[in-house]
Amino acid sequence: MNKDKLLQMYYEMVLIRRVEERGAELYQAGKIGGFMHLYIGQEAVSTGLIAAREPRDRVITAYRDHGVAINCGISANEVMAELLGKVTGTSKGKGGSMHMASVEKNMWGGHAIVGGHLPIAAGLALGDQYQGNDNVTICMFGDGATNIGYFHEALNVSMLWNLRVLWVCENNQYGMGTAVERASAVSEIRQKAEGYGMKNGRVDGMDVLAVYEAAKESMDYVRRESKPYLLEAVTYRFRGHSMGDPERYRTQDEVKKWQDNDPIGIFRAALLKKKNISAAELDEIEARAEADTQKAVEFAEASPEPGMEELFRDVYVED
Amino acid sequence: MARITMREAISQALWEEMERDPAVFILGEEVGVWGGTYAVTKGFYDHFGPERVKDTPIAENAILGAAIGAALVGLRPIAELMTINFAFSAMDYVVNQAPKLRYMFGGQFKVPLVIRAVGGGGRQLGATHSQTPDAVFAHFPGLKVVSPGTPEDAKGLLKTAIRSDDPVLFLEHATMYQVRGEVPEGEYLIPIGQSKVQRPGRDVTIVTYAKGLELSLKAADELAKEGIEAEIVDLRTLRPLDMGPVLESFKKTNRAVIVEEGWRSYGVGAEVAARIYEEAFDYADAPILRVAQKEVPLPYNRTLEQAALPQVPDITAAVKEALK
Repeated sequence: MNKDKLLQMYYEMVLIRRVEERGAELYQAGKIGGFMHLYIGQEAVSTGLIAAREPRDRVITAYRDHGVAINCGISANEVMAELLGKVTGTSKGKGGSMHMASVEKNMWGGHAIVGGHLPIAAGLALGDQYQGNDNVTICMFGDGATNIGYFHEALNVSMLWNLRVLWVCENNQYGMGTAVERASAVSEIRQKAEGYGMKNGRVDGMDVLAVYEAAKESMDYVRRESKPYLLEAVTYRFRGHSMGDPERYRTQDEVKKWQDNDPIGIFRAALLKKKNISAAELDEIEARAEADTQKAVEFAEASPEPGMEELFRDVYVED
Repeated sequence: MARITMREAISQALWEEMERDPAVFILGEEVGVWGGTYAVTKGFYDHFGPERVKDTPIAENAILGAAIGAALVGLRPIAELMTINFAFSAMDYVVNQAPKLRYMFGGQFKVPLVIRAVGGGGRQLGATHSQTPDAVFAHFPGLKVVSPGTPEDAKGLLKTAIRSDDPVLFLEHATMYQVRGEVPEGEYLIPIGQSKVQRPGRDVTIVTYAKGLELSLKAADELAKEGIEAEIVDLRTLRPLDMGPVLESFKKTNRAVIVEEGWRSYGVGAEVAARIYEEAFDYADAPILRVAQKEVPLPYNRTLEQAALPQVPDITAAVKEALK
């Protein structure tokens, strides 16, 4: 990978972290409503994965979607504006934290019903197959989504119909507050693909370069063989499930242990081992991400609320 | 005009639209090799091939989820649910995904999807396979719900549904596939969201749709023998609901009976009656009455099942009550 691409990935990871930290503050201040699920700790998964896609490859994910949106090229301004419910947001303020999308960036949404977007992902890939396209649909979901029927129906038809889907399970150890071992008959999620005869793999989701390599390889396979693949990324969310999480289900020691393995820290250390990248450059990127986050907050705060005409618009196409 | 069955009308609409637009394709259980559980897609598989007449596993979430995904990227899927009762297995897609994706993502998405489903009682299929839960689906904004009562309407409305950029639930009645009617020659479309007077009359307004239309037409013939002229307004579309012809008729007759096959409680009749009261209260000369299914799960036994379903005598009795 060339230097520009590496630095861009670093920028995106730091930007996601900063945007979400500010988002959490704004939530506490009452400026963001509803549910908000932070991606902090998991940035390497989406960043490595999406860096490996071609622009024509589609992305669809669950409700922990701010990071995915940024990796897909949706601006921090639009993400922050959507969080604040402003008309300049990705979904004109009508979707909120869990529903960011951009058709232009081939990002087909954050989806809030656990597992519900998996059959839709199969449909995106079916649409491409029908039209003779060879793009891959990257479908991300949590470990919790692999215990619900949607997952199994979607994996089955993807294999049966030779659909180009890269299924990516972000195993962050908990479905809300229930540990994987307490919810899933097998805690190594990739094993579930075996039942469908589907190729699968497991990668360290805290290491963005490892995710990138695994993603590249599996995406090549999916495109070349016209078959789905299930990639499990082992990761951890540093924050609660959502903003209102008492975190009674895990210890501070456990969280601390994973935080010592911060994906941004790991990536920074790896970059500094390269001869052509200096600490000063990385500091400058961090400062830029900080400044862009500040600009995004200002943009979102200054943006107008959706007007009342938006209330009835887009229920149907002719509206 | 050609005289064809409801089955032929639906089949012709599908065939013509598939010939016209390569983005249109069918997916569902037994739609292909089998030819459709109700033989609606007989011959399609051989003509259009397995990609455009796609057999699926018995997996309603996969069927509807895949149809929505394909619709998002520009295709026009027609997803067939073997019966509307199976929509409950995939309720999320019918009411929670297809009708909301456009709005929730700020108008970025289009979901040009048709869900065809067979419903209705009267075939001794037992409680889980005999329901007419139309009102449940009509409750949700973002979805269009169509349920024709004649071959002409079925063909014209289905063709419009396939061309619609919004999700449409197209409800067929299991006992009406053999119903015959006149259908115009050549291409025609019928707009979604327009009620229609199917029989003119001066004494009482019967508001109904689908199977209720068949029963109401028979009831009107009976009533005519006694000098009672019932005007029948066929809703044809449950959402968006067109109250225009209903109100116009009611303002003339001042009395109304609403006939539906589903349960009375929280049903189509409740909605229509409320709207008449809201918009034409001063015209009412009698309470608006409802004829609907008895409030029980449908039994298997034929006599009991028929007793639970609305029948022609129930309608004539209600009309006479309304005229008292």
